[in-house]
Amino acid sequence: MSQHKPNTFRAGPDAEGRFGIHGGRFVAETLMPLILKLEEAWKQAKTDADFIAEMDFYRKHYIGRPSPLFFARRITAHFGGARLYFKRDELNHTGAHKINNVLGQALLAKRMGKTKIIAETGAGQHGVATATACALFDMECDVFMGAEDVMRQKPNVDRMRLLGAQVHSVTSGTGTLKDAMNEALRFWVTHADSHFYIIGTAAGPHPYPAMVRDFQTIIGNEAKAQILEAEGRLPDAIVACIGGGSNAIGLFHPFLDDESVAIYGVEAAGRGIDSGAHAASLNGGRPGVLHGNRTYLLQNDDGQIQDAYSISAGLDYPGIGPEHAWLHESGRVNYVSATDQQALDAFALCSRLEGIIPALEPAHALGFIGTMIGDMDKEQIVIMNLCGRGDKDLEAVLPILEKQNKLSGKLL
Amino acid sequence: MRFDRIQNCFAKCQAETRTALGIFITAGDPNPAISEELLLGLPDAGADFVELGMPFSDPMADGPVIQAASLRAIKAGMTSGGVLQLAARFRARHADVPLILMGYYNPIYVYGVERFLTDAHKAGVDGLIIVDLPPEEDAELCLPAQQAGLDFIRLITPTTDAARLPKTIDNASGFIYYVSITGITGTASASTGSISQAVTRIRQASTLPVVVGFGIKTPEDVRAVGQHADGVVIGSAIVSIIGEGGDANAARAQVKQLATATAKEA
Repeated sequence: MSQHKPNTFRAGPDAEGRFGIHGGRFVAETLMPLILKLEEAWKQAKTDADFIAEMDFYRKHYIGRPSPLFFARRITAHFGGARLYFKRDELNHTGAHKINNVLGQALLAKRMGKTKIIAETGAGQHGVATATACALFDMECDVFMGAEDVMRQKPNVDRMRLLGAQVHSVTSGTGTLKDAMNEALRFWVTHADSHFYIIGTAAGPHPYPAMVRDFQTIIGNEAKAQILEAEGRLPDAIVACIGGGSNAIGLFHPFLDDESVAIYGVEAAGRGIDSGAHAASLNGGRPGVLHGNRTYLLQNDDGQIQDAYSISAGLDYPGIGPEHAWLHESGRVNYVSATDQQALDAFALCSRLEGIIPALEPAHALGFIGTMIGDMDKEQIVIMNLCGRGDKDLEAVLPILEKQNKLSGKLL
Repeated sequence: MRFDRIQNCFAKCQAETRTALGIFITAGDPNPAISEELLLGLPDAGADFVELGMPFSDPMADGPVIQAASLRAIKAGMTSGGVLQLAARFRARHADVPLILMGYYNPIYVYGVERFLTDAHKAGVDGLIIVDLPPEEDAELCLPAQQAGLDFIRLITPTTDAARLPKTIDNASGFIYYVSITGITGTASASTGSISQAVTRIRQASTLPVVVGFGIKTPEDVRAVGQHADGVVIGSAIVSIIGEGGDANAARAQVKQLATATAKEA
C-alpha cells in the first residue's frame, strides 16, 4: 500500500478537508452553512491568545492535565521485553480522554454564542464528558445513545442524567452508535439555528476530524516531552486503540514525522476478523461515505453499512476517522487488531499487576502489546495510551472473567 | 439535443396551469412485487414525475417513515442493481414520465460512479437527487452525472443564505428542489409564507423550475404550495400507507386524491 513518502505526515487536511481521498464534507445542504461557519470560528479560535489561555486554564484546573506518564514496571517484567509506559489519560476528570475534546468544543460553542449542545455516545464516555462540560458552562445538553448501549452502559446513563443531560435512547436502525449518530444528525438538521453538535471522535464532516485531533494532540505533545524527560529519547513504538480514533490520533500526530517511532493503531477484532463479528474498519472494511466523510467502513457489496461488533461499546463503530484511513494507505501507521479475549486478558492483567483497572478500549491496545513487546529489546521503549478507566465495564467484564476462572482474588 | 422529459413535464404542466405532482416511493418497499406494481401505476394515478428512493441503511435526512421503508426494502432484497432494473421497467411502460433516483451517495460510490451513471442512463433515469452531496463535492457525482446525460437536482434549504445561493445554483440542472423545513422528511410542515418567500428568492437566481418537498402531505398542502412552486413532492404520506400494511391500490388512491389538488388558481 505504501506510496511515495510525503515530506510531512502532519500537513493534512487540505482546504477541502481531505486526507488523500478520505474526509471531505458529505452532508445535507441544511448543515453545510453550519459547518462552514464552524470551520471559520475554529480557524480564528485556535490562534487566539484568549481562547488558548482559556483552554490551558481548564486543562490544568478542571481536567487535571498534564496526565502522568507512568512506567509500568510489573507488566514490563511480566513480558520481559521493552519498557512499557502508560500515558495516563484515564486520570482525567470523567475518566477518559474524551473531555480533552469536549472542553475545547464547548468553549468554541460558547465563543460562537451557542448554548445548546448535541452529542452522540457509544460507551457513554463522550456523553458523560459532554454532559459535564454543559453543566460547567450552563448549557442545554441532548445526548443520543443507542438503545442497546443504554442497557449495557447504565452507570454512564445515570451519570449523564445526574449532570442534567437529556439522554435520548435511539431505537431506529439497529440501536447502536451509528444509529445514535444518525439520530444526532437528524436532531441537528431540525435545530440547525440553535444547536452546536459536539462530535466525540476524529470523524464526521470537515472540520471535525482536524479539530478533534487538534484538541486531542495534547496527549502526544505531553507524552513526547515526558518521555524525553524520563528516558532522554523518543520511544521506539507508540500504541493506541481505535474506534473512531480520537485518542489514537491525539497520541500519534506529534510523532508522525519521527521516523524512528513505530506506530500501532489497534482495532477491535471482536470474535476474530474472519468471524465477521468485529469492528475493524481498516482490516475488514473498505472505502465508503458515511456520517459526512469518506473513510473505511464495514459494509456489504451493495454499500449498506453493517453492524460493528466488539465487547467494548467504545470501539463498536463501523467506521474510522479519515486521517487514519489515509495514514493506513500511506503506510505510516500499522493498523493491527486485538480480539475480545485478548482485551479481557489484558484487562485482568493490568488490574492485577499495576493496580490500574483499564477501560476495555485501551485493554485492546495492551492486548496487542502483549503479542509483540516480549520480542523487543529490554532497552527499547513503548508508550501506550491508557485512554480510559474501567469502572464502567465491570458489569460486563466480571461475569466473563469469573466464568473463565480469571478472577485471581477470592471471596472469602 | 436529447429529449428532455423533465423540461417537457414542467412545460406541459405550466401550459395546463397545474402544479407538477411528484411522488416519492422507496424502491423495493415492502417487497419487489408490490413496489413494482405501485411504481408502474403512479403516472395513471396522477403523478407527473416520480422520485424512486434508493434504500440505504443509514438515511440521515429521513424521518421514521422513510427510514422504516428503507429497512423493509433492504430486508426484502433490494439492491442498487435492483433499483436500476425497476427503473428500466418503469421506462419501458412510461416513455415520457420523468424518473428521478433519490438517495445517499454510498451505494452509488460502492457500485462505482461511472458504472452507475452508464447503467442509470441506459435504464432511462432522468436525474439524481443525492442528499449528502453538497456543491462542495460536485466533482464526486454532479459533474460526472451531467457528462453522462443525467440531471443533478440540487437541494436548497432554509439555511442556504443569500451569499451561498449562487454556489448551490451554479451546477444545478433539471429543477431546483426546495427543502421547505430545516428538518427531516415526513415531520413538520413549513408555513406557506416562508415557502413563498424562499421560492421568490430562488426564482430571482435561477430560471429552473422550483419544486417544494418535505412536510407536504395533503391535497390542501398541494393546493397551497402549488400557488408558489412549479411542483411539489409527496413522499412520507404515500410511503406510510405501505408501512401500515396497505397495498398498491390504497397508495394509488391517495395519489389520486392529491392529483385533484394540482390546478392552480388563476
